[in-house]
Amino acid sequence: MPEPDRSHRPLPANRAVCGTADTDSVHDEPGGGDLHPHPVPLWMLGGVFATLIVLTVLTVAATYVDLGRLNVWVALAIAAVKGMLVAEVFMHLRWDRPFHRIALLAAVAFVALFIGIAMLDRVTYLPDLIPGHAPGVQQ
Amino acid sequence: MASAAATPRYEGKHHLAHHFDTRRQQFDSHKLAMWLFLVTEVLMFGGLFCAYAIYRASHPEIFLFAHTLLDKNLGAVNTIVLLFSSFTMAWAVRAAMLGERRRLSALLAITLLCGFGFLGIKAFEYNHKWQHGFLWGQQFAYAELPDYLAGHGADAATAPDSAADAHAAAVMAELDHAAAVTVAHGHDPALIPRNVHIFFGIYFVMTGLHGIHVLAGMIVIGWLLRRSLRGDFGTRNYTAVDLGGLYWHLVDLIWIFLFPLLYLIH
Repeated sequence: MPEPDRSHRPLPANRAVCGTADTDSVHDEPGGGDLHPHPVPLWMLGGVFATLIVLTVLTVAATYVDLGRLNVWVALAIAAVKGMLVAEVFMHLRWDRPFHRIALLAAVAFVALFIGIAMLDRVTYLPDLIPGHAPGVQQ
Repeated sequence: MASAAATPRYEGKHHLAHHFDTRRQQFDSHKLAMWLFLVTEVLMFGGLFCAYAIYRASHPEIFLFAHTLLDKNLGAVNTIVLLFSSFTMAWAVRAAMLGERRRLSALLAITLLCGFGFLGIKAFEYNHKWQHGFLWGQQFAYAELPDYLAGHGADAATAPDSAADAHAAAVMAELDHAAAVTVAHGHDPALIPRNVHIFFGIYFVMTGLHGIHVLAGMIVIGWLLRRSLRGDFGTRNYTAVDLGGLYWHLVDLIWIFLFPLLYLIH
């Protein structure tokens, strides 16, 4: 007996690409795949904003403390915490599909890889570097 | 016509494109696309951060000296303006989801004003750099630098920043190489490293590209505001607000890193 023609039906592949295990199928979701807005509570938005301001003050204050080479890492660490708060709460990553966070972290990881390897390369020509001298530049 | 007027505008506007099964699927696709775009933005700025890292590692004295020519306070104020605008934008997305139309419009307007505020302060800073010739490459006015330093030397002696300046001078002296050239001018000899223009090249490219992003974000928010005033958005149609918000937050995110790296060098 020949298979019935199913070409008019939505492709099953739709279900597979749409998400992760339990919230997978758009068809099975309550509300028939309608939007379920998740408004972030106002106290949380306000709390994150207040924390960001505190961290900004902290990062300015940290420059008045001499930590030698560590200063730049402290500044970057504070910036990373601030960035994480913005991404997780303001940008809603905390309640989103995990893939969005994976995409952002992958981008950050590749930037780190890019800078890291470029900095390794810098070490190879470091012996030839004359501090304060940039060839071909006129003053 | 009467029935059309009775339906809220957004109900009619929010159609489901034929190639999507459900609204949820349509929303998820849009959001995924936005995130992928944001990833490309992060990678683009990553190239500039790489240039920054290499030059700062190779020529720390340039960065230590040149950052004192930036106004730390204006940078901090701009950071707060941008953080506040991110907060109002996040609140606007919440208002859109809850269908609070008037509040949505008000919050978008505040966010837009903050964008103007940020660019206004930035323009003020750029103007100051322009006036004194703190520019890129051969545009950098080395000849005017001693005058500028002498003019500001008196302030620096009493300002709380003098400790930081002394520290920078000490680091430069410690490096003890050809970089530190002593420029005797008037009564105060000042230490000026060579190639200060490299810092300003990096400064203008990074803040300039960021500024263009702020401008683009403001255009998006202006468009959202117009649509919001028209009544396009509601509990079932907030995708545009959500995605525009994501872009604005990314612009904020990049500034969070730019501020300490350019203004707060120790």
